[in-house]
Formats: sequence, C-alpha cells, structure tokens
Amino acid sequence: MNKNSVQPVAGGSYQDSRHFRRRLWRDRLSRYAVAAGGNGVIVAILLILIYLLYVVLPLGKSPEMWQEASYRLPTEAPVLYLAMEEQAEVGLALERGGQVRFFSTHDGRTLDEVRLPLPDGVTIDSFSAARPDSGVLALGLSNGQALVFKAEYRVSYPDDKRVITPAIVYPLGETPVVVDPRGLPLQRLAVQAAESYTLAGWSDDGTLSLLRAAASESLLAEEGSFEFEHSSAQTNVQSPRALLLDPAQRDLYVVGKDGTLGWYELDGDEMRLHEQIRTTPAGVGVAAAQLLAGGTSILVAADDGRISQWFSVRGEAGLRHLKMIRDFKAPKNVTALAPEFSRKGFLVADGSGGVGVYHATAHQLLMHQPVADSGIAQLAVGPRSHALLALDRDGTLHFWRVVNEHPEVSWEALWSKVWYEGYDEPAYIWQSSSADNTFEPKFSLTPLTFGTLKAAFYAMLFAIPLAILGAIFTAYFMAPKMRQVVKPSIEIMEAMPTVILGFLAGLWLAPLVESHLSGIFLVFLLLPLVVLLAAYGWHRLPGSLRQRVPDGWEAALLIPVLALAVWAALAVSSPLEHWLFGGDLPHWLDTHGVGFDQRNSLVVGMAMGFAVIPTIFSIAEDAIFAVPKHLTNGSLALGATPWQTLLRVVLLTASPGLFSAVMMGVGRAVGETMIVLMATGNTPVMDMSIFQGMRTLSANIAVEMPESEVDSTHYRVLFLAALVLFLFTFLFNTGAELIRQRLRGKYSSL
Amino acid sequence: MDRSFTAWWRSGTPWIWLNAAAVAASLAMVIGLLGLIAYNGLGHFWPHPVWEFSYRAADGSGVQHLIGELSDSEVTSVERMRHAGAQLPENIGEDLERYLLKTGNRDVSGLDFRWILQPLILERHRPPDLVVFERTEWGNFYGFLKNLKQGGKVVSEGDAAWRELQARLDYVDQVRAQIKEIEKDRIGEINYRIEQLRLDQRRLELEGRDTPQRLAQIEQQRAGLQARFRELQKELDAKYQEISGDSVTMTAMGEQEVEVPVARIVRAYRPNDMSAWQKAGFYLAKLWEFVSAEPREANTEGGIFPAIFGTVIMVMLMSVMVTPFGVVAAVYLREYAKQGPLTRLIRIAVNNLAGVPSIVYGVFGLGFFVYFLGGNIDQLFYPEALPAPTFGTPGLLWASLTLALLTLPVVIVATEEGLARIPSSIREGSLALGATKAETLWRTVLPMASPAMMTGLILAVARAAGEVAPLMLVGVVKLAPSLPLDGNPPFVHLDRKFMHLGFHIYDVGFQSPNVEAARPLVYATALLLVVVILVLNLAAISIRNHLRERYRELEQ
Repeated sequence: MNKNSVQPVAGGSYQDSRHFRRRLWRDRLSRYAVAAGGNGVIVAILLILIYLLYVVLPLGKSPEMWQEASYRLPTEAPVLYLAMEEQAEVGLALERGGQVRFFSTHDGRTLDEVRLPLPDGVTIDSFSAARPDSGVLALGLSNGQALVFKAEYRVSYPDDKRVITPAIVYPLGETPVVVDPRGLPLQRLAVQAAESYTLAGWSDDGTLSLLRAAASESLLAEEGSFEFEHSSAQTNVQSPRALLLDPAQRDLYVVGKDGTLGWYELDGDEMRLHEQIRTTPAGVGVAAAQLLAGGTSILVAADDGRISQWFSVRGEAGLRHLKMIRDFKAPKNVTALAPEFSRKGFLVADGSGGVGVYHATAHQLLMHQPVADSGIAQLAVGPRSHALLALDRDGTLHFWRVVNEHPEVSWEALWSKVWYEGYDEPAYIWQSSSADNTFEPKFSLTPLTFGTLKAAFYAMLFAIPLAILGAIFTAYFMAPKMRQVVKPSIEIMEAMPTVILGFLAGLWLAPLVESHLSGIFLVFLLLPLVVLLAAYGWHRLPGSLRQRVPDGWEAALLIPVLALAVWAALAVSSPLEHWLFGGDLPHWLDTHGVGFDQRNSLVVGMAMGFAVIPTIFSIAEDAIFAVPKHLTNGSLALGATPWQTLLRVVLLTASPGLFSAVMMGVGRAVGETMIVLMATGNTPVMDMSIFQGMRTLSANIAVEMPESEVDSTHYRVLFLAALVLFLFTFLFNTGAELIRQRLRGKYSSL
Repeated sequence: MDRSFTAWWRSGTPWIWLNAAAVAASLAMVIGLLGLIAYNGLGHFWPHPVWEFSYRAADGSGVQHLIGELSDSEVTSVERMRHAGAQLPENIGEDLERYLLKTGNRDVSGLDFRWILQPLILERHRPPDLVVFERTEWGNFYGFLKNLKQGGKVVSEGDAAWRELQARLDYVDQVRAQIKEIEKDRIGEINYRIEQLRLDQRRLELEGRDTPQRLAQIEQQRAGLQARFRELQKELDAKYQEISGDSVTMTAMGEQEVEVPVARIVRAYRPNDMSAWQKAGFYLAKLWEFVSAEPREANTEGGIFPAIFGTVIMVMLMSVMVTPFGVVAAVYLREYAKQGPLTRLIRIAVNNLAGVPSIVYGVFGLGFFVYFLGGNIDQLFYPEALPAPTFGTPGLLWASLTLALLTLPVVIVATEEGLARIPSSIREGSLALGATKAETLWRTVLPMASPAMMTGLILAVARAAGEVAPLMLVGVVKLAPSLPLDGNPPFVHLDRKFMHLGFHIYDVGFQSPNVEAARPLVYATALLLVVVILVLNLAAISIRNHLRERYRELEQ
C-alpha cells in the first residue's frame, strides 16, 4: 500500500503545473520529514542502550600507562625512598647520606635540598614510612635513635598558576628520639603517626624496641611537646625483611627474610607476641612486604613468584589469627611493593625493569609494563594513583602516567564470593560507601540480583495462580455481560501507580501481616477449601434456586464467600497463635531461629503480585479468548465436558500465550522499583526465607544513584545494574512478544 | 442430573469454581484497595471527636489524664503486650483491644502518638469545650481554653475568650496572607533580580566587557533593589510585630498550663461541640486547604498544591514533547516504512521498551540528559553561574524529557493501532481522487486517527503522573522553594526542581520523621492520584471504544 505514486488526474489541464509541482514537492518534503522524524525516534531509543554501554564499558578497560620523562638525579648517592605529592608534580628522594631532595617529576630539576639534622658520627641504618597520606617518615640511626620528619607541600596560586612549595618539618623535634635505650643500631624500623606516634625498631641481637610518643596533656607543658614511653620484647624472627606497623598503632608485624611472620600486639606500652606463622613454603624467602592501604592486610612477596595477602580472621575459639586470603602470580625477582594510597591496589616492581599493577579485592593483575631497561630499585606511586616513579639500578628515574580508573571491578568481584577485609569468610556483599577513604568497596551484584529474583519469585507465586486461573474463567466461562465489566476493571489496575501499592504494602499491609501472621497463612490454605465447599453446597441447593443465577456469574457469588473466609481466617488468627505459638508468632519464629522482618518477602510478594496480576491476566485472557470457537465447539459436540474441553483443547492451544503472559509478568516484577523500595528493609541479604527482606537491583539504583559521584566506579557499577535490568527485561519481553506473534499466526491458520 | 459428590467432582465443576474464585479474589482485591484508600483518604478531613481519658499507666506508675483523637485501633494478644512490658491485670482473657491515641502537643510532651490498652482505661468522655488548634509548627494542640492575653495581660476568659479568639484569628489570617505575599512574591522577586544582576556581572567579566560604566550601572541597580528590600523588610517586621502580641493560655493534658501565641494558630475548633453542618463546612474547608495550600511542617500538614502543580506542569511539558515525536514515529512505521522483517523488529523493540523498568530510564536521564547534555549546556550558555550548575543538575526539563522518552512507546503503539484500524479503502479513495500521499495523510488519515493519538496521549499522561522511580533521579525534590512558574522572566523555569504527587507519597510516607502524623495526608494524596489516573484511563478506554464503533460502521 506504500507504492502509490502520484499521477495527475487524467484529462486535466496542465496550466496548474506550478501548483502541481508544489504539491509534489510538499509530498516529498513530508515523506522526508516523517522518515527523518521516525528514524530519529528509533535512534533515540537505541541511544538508551548505547549510552548505558558507553558508561559501563570503561569498567572493563585495562589500565594504561605511558612514559612522561626519564632523567638522572644530580647525585650518585643511593636512594632509600621515593615519593610524590598529591599532584605528582614534585618528587621526593631520600638519599643514604641523609639528604632529602625535592625535584620536579617532569624533568628531574632539583627544587629544594634539605640536609636532615643527624648527629655527628651517626649513620642511617634503616628507614620507614608511616601511612602514605600522612607523609611522615623516620630514619633509624646507628645509635639506637630515630629521626622523625615529615614532607609538607604548600599549594599557592600566584597569577592563577599552581605553585607547590615543598618543606620538611619535624613533628617530634629536630633532635632524634631514643627508640632503643641501649643504643644499639636500629637495623629495622617502623613508624606510624596520628595524634600520637609509635616507633618500633629491631636491632640484630633480636630485640624489638617500642617507643610511644603521645602529645602532652599537662597544662604546664609547651604546645607540641610529647611524653615518651619505652618498652621492648625479644623476637625469634631471624633477620627481618621489614617491620610493619598498622596505622591504628595496635599491631606490629615482623616479617623475616625466611618467611616467618611474628604478629605482636601493642597494648599501651606492652608488646606481646600474638602469633607466629610461616608465610612461604619452606626454603622460600621473602623479597618484600608491605601493608595494603588501611593497614589491615599484609602483602608478602615471596621469592618463588607469589604475592600473598594476609589478614586476621576470627577462628573457632573466637581468637583472631592470620590467614592467607589470596595470592597473586608475580615475577620471581620482586624488588619493591608499592600499595596505592586509598585503594586496595598495589604495584609490584621486579628485577627486570617491569611494573605490575594489581588489585587485591578484585584479585587480578591488571597489567604488566616494562618501565626500565634494568632492574628497579625503588618504586613510588602517586597519591591519586595516576603516576608512578621508578628508579632503576643504573640510577635513572622513570616518570610514568597511569590511568587506572576502575581496578576494583572484575568479573569475580561482581559475581563471586569475595573475602573482604575484616570478614571471617568469603561472602557476597554489597556495600558501596563509607566515611573512611581507605574503605574497601564491596560491589557484589550477586545479592542484588538474588534479591531481584527472590522478589519476582514470591510475586509470581502470588500472581500466577490468581491471574491465570482468573483469566481462564473470564475468557472461557464468564457471562459476556460480566466480562465486559471485570476485564477492564482488572486491567485498569495496571495503571495503578506503584508508589501507592508500595505505600500500602509498607505502612498498612506489613503491620497487618505481622500482627495476623498465622491468619494470613490460614487465608492461603483456607480459601480453596472454602470455595470448594461453597461450590458443593451450591451444587446441592435445589435447582429452582440455582437457576436464578445464570451460568457464568459464579465469580460474583463467590466474592461475599471470600470476604467472609478472609475475615474468619484473620479473626481466628489470634486464638490460633495462642494455641500453637504462645500468642505471638513472629516472636515464636525468632526464638526458633527463623528471623522475622516486618517488611519481608511475604509482603512484597503480595504487593508486587497484585501489581503484576493485571499484566498477566490481560495477556492470558486475550490468548484464551482468541482460541477459535470452532475448536471448542467441535470438542463440546463430541461430548467432552466444558472442563475437558478447556484442559485438552483451549489451554493446549493457548499455552504459548499463557507462557508469554507469565514472561511479561516476570519482566515487570523484575524491574519494579517503588514497591520493593517501600515494602522491604532494603538490606542486601542472601536468604530465601519468606520472612526476610531483600534489596533489588532497581531499588538499589534508586537509593544510591543520587549520591553517587559521576564517573566513579560506584556510578558505573550502578549503570551496569541498570544495563542488566534493561537487557533482562528486554530479552524477556521480546521472547514473550515473539511467542505471541507466532501464536497469532497459528490461530489465523486454524 | 447426577448430584452425587463423585460425579460432581469428576465433572470438573470444582475446578471451574476455583477459577471463578481466582477472578473473584482479584476483583475483591481491586475493590478493597480502592475502598481502603478512599476510606482513609476521605475520612481524614472530618473533624474527629476528641476524648478525655482517665488511664492507668501501663508501666504501673499511676493514673494519667489523656486527651486526644482515636486514630487507630487493633486487637492484639495479651501475651504480646506483656512481652512488650505492659503491666496488665490478670484474667482479662487472651486478647485485648488497643487504641492509637493522637495526643498532639508535641512541644509539651515530646511525642504526639501513643498506644493505650483498653483494659486500663478507667473512664472516658467528650468534653464539649475541648479546643483543638492546628498550628504552624509542632502539630496539633489539644486542651481547654483558659484565657486570652494581649501583650501579657489577660483580656478575656472562658467563653468570651473563645469568641474573641475567633475574631483575632480572622485578623491574624489576613495579616499572615499579607506577610506571605511580601515574603514570597515581592522579596522573592527582588532576590531573583539581585541574583540575575550577579550573573550579568559575572558574564561581563567572563566576556571581558566589564567596563566601569556597565559595572556602575549594575551596582546602581543593585543598590536600588537593596533599598527596596530594606523597605519591605521593615514593612514585614511591622506586620510580624502586629500579630505577635496575642496569646492564649491553655490547660493541656495533665493540668499543665501552656501559652500558645495566636500568630502560631492556623485554625481553632471545638470538635465535640460542632453540629453536623458545621462539621461538613469544616470538612470542605479542610479539603480546599488540602488541594490549594502549601505544605507545612515537613509536608505532614497543610496542603499539597505545589505537588499538584509540579505534577501537572511536568506532565504538560512531557505531552508537548512526546506527542509529535510519537505520532511521527508511528506514521513513519505504518505509512512510509517498507513493511518487512526490519520494521517488524523495530515494532517489537518499541513495544518492549514499554516494559523496560522505569528506573532504567531514570538512570539514562540522569547520565545523559542531566550530566552530559546539561553539563554541556552549562559550559556553553551559563558559564557565569559555574561552578553552580544551571541545567547540569536534575530539574523540570530533564524530568519531562525522561518521562517523554519513557512514554514514547505508549504513544507510538496507540497511534499505530489507530492508523492500522483505518480501512485502506479510505486511503485508496483519497489517492484515487488525485490527492498526493501527504495530502491523504494530513487531510484524511491523521484526522481519523486523532482519537487514537488522544488515547495514546492520555495513557502516556496517566503513566507519567504515576511514575516515581525515574523522577527521583532527574528532578523531583521533597520541598521545592518556589514553583517552576512565576512572575519573573522567563516565567517558566525549566531548570528548577519541582514537587510531585507520587514522590510526595513516598517521601512523606517513608522519609518523614513523624510517619504516624503524616499517614492520613498520604492516604489523601494517594486518593487524589488514584482518582486522577483512573479518570484518565477511563477516558482513554472510552475514547478507544468509541473509535472502534466508528470504524466498524465505516467498514460496513
């Protein structure tokens, strides 16, 4: 019908050809306009999918890094430590001789040099850095003392240009503090700084010395003066590779070169060995050890090419003990470990000049990049993880840019059980935000998907019987007059705002269910029985009475019966609970180990079930009603009862339609937001119990999206959740639609 | 006919009855739901009697005097109450009734609702001189009027005070209306213009055109506005002064005397002393307040006018956007596009978009419209306001656009259906008479399909009015400081955030600090929303049926 080309009226004169041309032109114009508009709308719809993908895709992107500069520092002194400030514009190199050099990371130009005030005749034997964002560093000296200093960067904007001025300050004073009162050289050192300072040193007679420095609280004391406390303990960890002190200054880990790890608990000024374990197989040594950001996890790089992550978990007796959580494959010649500042990622440098980028929670090696030609001696990562500085054995510094936006997301982190810090076992957890910036984000979509499916499951459990059976009766048995009223009144409920259903579910139904729990279950049990009884009673009534109600009006008769049954069930609820459950079923359930949540799956199932009944009902009713009449008539004519005809002919023919109705219903239940948001407690638990709530993908988006920072991992993961919902419902609905169209084709051929 | 049980059972009739029960249950739920909303929503505005109780406290601390409205009751088990720590007399059976009493006076007693147990009530009655105040803050007040004071001195007492109070309240009402006019309209306008001046100045600076003359000009305008502002402020202070002197002394529950400033009282009435006519009048006044006034007390009291207004204007904007695009897409798919597997696929895709969860549209709207489009618009056209976003933040325009996208499939499907129902003989007739395809379309087909478009639009509006989840992301707020339409050019402020009926239900019902007090209002809001949506849907259905009849005639 679209092939009609325009022909001038036969026999008409052509003097109007200008007018005619204008008409033709208008015709063409409207054709193009409509085509453009129509295609535009279709593109706009496609845009949704494309845009969702566009936001989600960077999650899977591998990091990139490229070299910005490569230079030598104007000194031959060995470097103990490398660091960068926030913007990665200024680098810091601590030299063996006690010289701190600030340099521009872009060209190696020295910006400032500071000689640390070391006493004469004393050498630097060890070095330690506190948690990286504090900037506090400490040097262990050969006289048992330590010098604590701190790199500070002042940012100013003269002429609208950022200028960073580095400086060194001495929070504990310029004179070194005594860590080992016996004056033995501090071979290893650990420092942590917060309001108070803790230093731990190891000297080669196997003694651990501890120094606590707390700000004086005495009124007479000068501002910024400290009170010191000393203590010591013996350790049998042979030649430690590193001393690690957690930022809370409560745990000290002594990691031996042979792989032993001693865990000392620091309680006040007391130091106690809590546990001593092996972190490597026998005969395998430790190349490096570091704390991951936040200080809960210990990373141990072994000589055999494994990096293992350890943290303490609660054992059977309630005692905490260190456990290996996961390990990563790494080169055999690891030289340095550099944890990121505020994420659970870390960089690994090796003896062949390569740097690997890892993420602990996601349990993945994101990339490995050769950075230098010779082995790397020192490695520093920028505070924002967007730059790295590597010093190779030849003394050349390599400054690299790193783009690593979303390391915490991997297939495993999204969908598998993950062992998070502070948890006693691997778990599926969704917990996206916290006040602490060293918080480990937990982006497991599994509990949310589970919650979504659980909600849909209970909703369908409630909706399918009512909707399908109702549709069968309406389409096949109901009197046409009644059908004219019933069908639209159920269908119109599809337009019912779900926010109202959610509100009623949360504030009216949930308390009702809680106070009449046994009654609610009784309703589900009792109703079919009551209906059958009523039907049989009706059957036994004298015919004259029965004939007053024409065929197909049974449903109307049943409404008062049902109302009465529901009322009765709710009324006996309380006596029943007295008789069986001590008067309070939720309480009884709680004491019997079944947790009861007021806003639970039962409530959601009923409310959301109510919301999807119209969807299922409408499609199912259409499918059954559309079964050609000659099929049923034929069956009835052959002597089948109406019920037999229904079962063997009608339902069989309409079954794809019924299936597609259910699929549509599932699609709607999966995407529903407001009802689950309001009728559940929105806790992301993985529990199939009908008395527990859930958190669904859609409700999670509604709750967290407004607070999510644009383009952060959290934002993109929420988009991923939306994409999952989109694809899921789109596939379900398309499937249902295709089935329906096939069905239509089948009917028309019958 | 065999009437034995087995025969009956075998005939399949019981199953038919079960099917009937399913549809009966669905129907009963629909009716019950609507009834529940209507009952709770409509009942709220009726003046309820206020009771005075002598009550033995459940914790055994003696006899209390309680005053309040009964707002709910339930039967619960004695066992459960004992679990909760209530001291109940022995031998009162297994069940007891308990009432939820709205005692008001939140400023005096801290909480305004409490459950009381029926067996502990010693005596109750309804004193006719019990007064209820609706106040601008702290919710309702219940008590007995003792006297009326002016500037701290007692002016009248007892019944005379009640009459005097009525007169003063009328006056206070007038002054309050004037205050509101000054605060909202006049001062609001000045603030708006001062902000515009600031932006003008910033724009000049950014463009490098900030010549001293212009700056001086702006400064002069600003000084003028500020002078005007001070004047208004003075006027406002005077008005506040005018009504602040009066107060009433009330005897509240527990013989406590409380001073209530008259300026804080919105409405005073004695529900136990009202005739049925008075109650009806009161009911209508409350109903009118509900639809026409602004909310008070964190949305738990007063009206919902801004929410109604916001919903309407959002839906109107959406309709303006969705109708042309939906119709053009439908016309293209049905009249111009080549009918083949691709068109069929597109049709299925469009159909299924209607089933995509609305929250997904919200996510898309937030990411694409707000952050991407809005952010770029701000960069290009509103650099003077940055870093404060103008369009780069959720607002009316983006909400309407998101919902337009959400309802597009509805309009397309309905219009296409309408087009498909037009007999091809009509098109062929038009073409045979020499009309071009465009002429056929514009003069014949589209006018005939217009009721179908109308149906689509009505269904779209009904869907949009009830949608909440996407709006939470793209522009709805719990309390908007100003309407998106006002007297300041450009009059329609597409960048403003707005209030919405559906979100109002969610917010007041679930985010409000005092859910119990807000609940009746939420029911009333829900009722309004349900009525609007049902009416819209019924209209759509009746138009559709009417249309079908007409085409049936045409085909014959």
